[in-house]
Formats: sequence, structure tokens, C-alpha cells
Amino acid sequence: MTALRTETGAAHAAILGVGAYRPRRVVPNAEVVDAIDSSDEWIQQRSGIKTRRFAEDDETVVSMSVDASRDALAAAGIDARQIDCVIVATVSHLLQTPSAATAIAYELGTDQAAAFDISAACAGFCHGVALANDMIRAGSAGYALVIGVERLSDITDPTDRGTAFIFADGAGAVVVGPSETPGIGPVVWGSDGEHYDHIRTPDWRDILASGEKKMPCLSMKGNEVFRWASYGMAKVAQQALDRAGITADELDCFVPHQANNRITDAMARSLKLPDTVKIARDIIDAGNTSAASVPMALQRMIDDGDAKSGDTALLIAFGAGLAYAAQVVVVP
Amino acid sequence: MSTEEIRAALAEIVNEVAGIPAENVQLDKSFSDDLDVDSLSMVEVVVEAEEKFGVTIPDDEVKNLKTVGDAVSYIERNRAA
Repeated sequence: MTALRTETGAAHAAILGVGAYRPRRVVPNAEVVDAIDSSDEWIQQRSGIKTRRFAEDDETVVSMSVDASRDALAAAGIDARQIDCVIVATVSHLLQTPSAATAIAYELGTDQAAAFDISAACAGFCHGVALANDMIRAGSAGYALVIGVERLSDITDPTDRGTAFIFADGAGAVVVGPSETPGIGPVVWGSDGEHYDHIRTPDWRDILASGEKKMPCLSMKGNEVFRWASYGMAKVAQQALDRAGITADELDCFVPHQANNRITDAMARSLKLPDTVKIARDIIDAGNTSAASVPMALQRMIDDGDAKSGDTALLIAFGAGLAYAAQVVVVP
Repeated sequence: MSTEEIRAALAEIVNEVAGIPAENVQLDKSFSDDLDVDSLSMVEVVVEAEEKFGVTIPDDEVKNLKTVGDAVSYIERNRAA
């Protein structure tokens, strides 16, 4: 039997550039409180959120991704034609098929890069970073783009007290490519399908059967998810640190999925992070943007000077599925 | 542990999680109405209590624990006998 020839890639991979797109329209709590009979104080106390952004009609899943990706490419000093693979994490590209990724790859001007969407909800971006890391090291891509993008305002019920004040819109992107030193640590990831219904959208067929003309909006069992995320995910984050050989004292930045400031607080307490670790708080004026939140928060920390080139950052994302993924990365 | 010991230990947890003075955490007090412990803080209290008292308090049970007394008697009933 003839043996197939195989290829290998770079010894190490790293995030080379980060970009984000924040929709123009700022939506303060005052704008969402009436429909859920709530108050600015109530929302801030339960989530930390003061304002969020909702996309307007021309700020589509594709256009926001393209804008965020151009920033990431510019930051990395990489041309779109060098990108071999585009991975898009989203739950709000409202076409069953085709993917958002092929349109984004085309709009960016890649040279027919491989392109596909992944469905891992809020955890999608960290799944994408893990895939890209392995692709670069295995030789299946020279450079890859990983994008997290959402227009959750399309699939959020403004009258649902459990979700209306939480979800928001935006996009974040990173370029992953070869590196002389390790820039992405081992991924710790998994799923817990026992709680498949904790965060979900309804079945389209049930909506059709109901006769109502409405979007398939997200629903969430808030307290159950809060418990799982606050306590279960701290253990996953700790494993990601351990696998990368980093102690909490050596960590520079903690960039968890911006689900809820109180989940972030609980995780930081469980991880016993020292005061020297900078913690992402983008949720305060970005809301929870699901798959987009980690790269958006990372971009914010870089812009604010909280994350410096060469810093170590612990990324962790978790959400519907339930699904989760975490890894330590080096800030570009 | 006596009822009073469980109450006192639970009061300490409520104090740590929600900043409520421990002496206010009495058996007849409602978590939400009297002590202003919101639903997320209640989750944190429950998780800390599970660890402290070695009990399991399922999500479905949490909504039945309206008062400090409800929680104390649940813990008394379910502690490893």
C-alpha cells in the first residue's frame, strides 16, 4: 500500500491581531426597563450592565464581522489574501444555510479561503481559537481568522425579564498564525447536554404551529445558568491555567465571556486571582454579546492599555448547550 | 449541630455573600422581602451552604426556601443522619 504524504505546520501558533466592531446605537437601561417593569438600578445590580449596543439595519452579521476582521488584519499586519481559513462563531446569523463565513471571506477579499460557521453559542469564540491553533500547527492553514459575531437583539424578546436587559450586538475577530514561541495554551473544553434546555431558542416548527409571526427568541433559566457558570466554570478556568503551566500569580489578564458581572466576580473569587490581574468588564457598556464578547473585551483591554503585548490572558467562554472552552493566550 | 448553630453558620454565609448583618438573619426573616437577598445572591448562599453543611440543595428546592427558618430546617432534615 502506498503511504500518503502528510504535512506539518508551524511549531507554535499565536493570536497576531485583535479587532472589534461596536454598533453605533447606544441603548441605555432606561430604554429597556419599561417593557420588563424594571429599573436601571435593578439591572445594574443583577448584571453590571449600564448600556449596550443594538445594531441598526445596515449593521449586519456579515458587515460587522468584516469591519472587526479588517481591524484584526491591520493589527496583525496580514493581508486578507494570506488567510486560509475563516471560522465564524455565532447564533444570530439567521440563515440555516449558507454560512455567514463564506460571505465574510468573500467580502474581505480572501483567496477563496476555507470558511464555515460553528455552533457553540457563547462558547463559540474559544472553540474557534482552539481549532485555529490546531490548524496552524497541523499545517491545514497558514493564517486563520476567528470571528465572534452576534445580533442578539434580533432574537431577544424585549418583554422577557430574564433576558431583555442582558443580550446585545457586536463583533470581534482575531488573526491566528505561526509563532516562534507558544502563544495559545492547551484548550480545556467540554459539554453538558443534560442541560440542553437551559439556554435555547424554540423549534421553528413549533412557532409555525402556533400561528404567531415571531422570531425564535432566546430563553434562559437564569438562576441555574448562574450557578453552573459561577461555580462550574471556575474549575474549567483553573484547569486551563494548570494545563498552560501558569499560576494565578503569573497571570496578567482574565477575559471571561461577558455573561454577567456577577458571574465574573464569582469566578475571580473562586480562582483567587490576585489584585494584579486585570479583569475584563466590557459588559458594563457592551451587554452580553454571546460569541462576540471575549474578542470584544480583549480588544477593549488592549486599547485601554490593560492588556499589553506579551501579557498572558486567560480566556473562558460558556453558554448554551451547555458548552464551554478555555485557554490561556499571549496578548499580541 | 443545633438549630441555633446552623442558623448562625448560615447567617455568616448570608453576611459574606450579601453583606447583610449576621444578627438580622433570624429564623422568621424572608430572604427576599426582609433581607433583600436577590435571586442570584440566593444561588450563592445555597452553593456555600451545600459546602458548609454537606447537603445537596437542588435548583427546584431553592424556591421553597423562602425564610431563613425554611433553609435551616431543610439543612437539618438533609444533613447526613
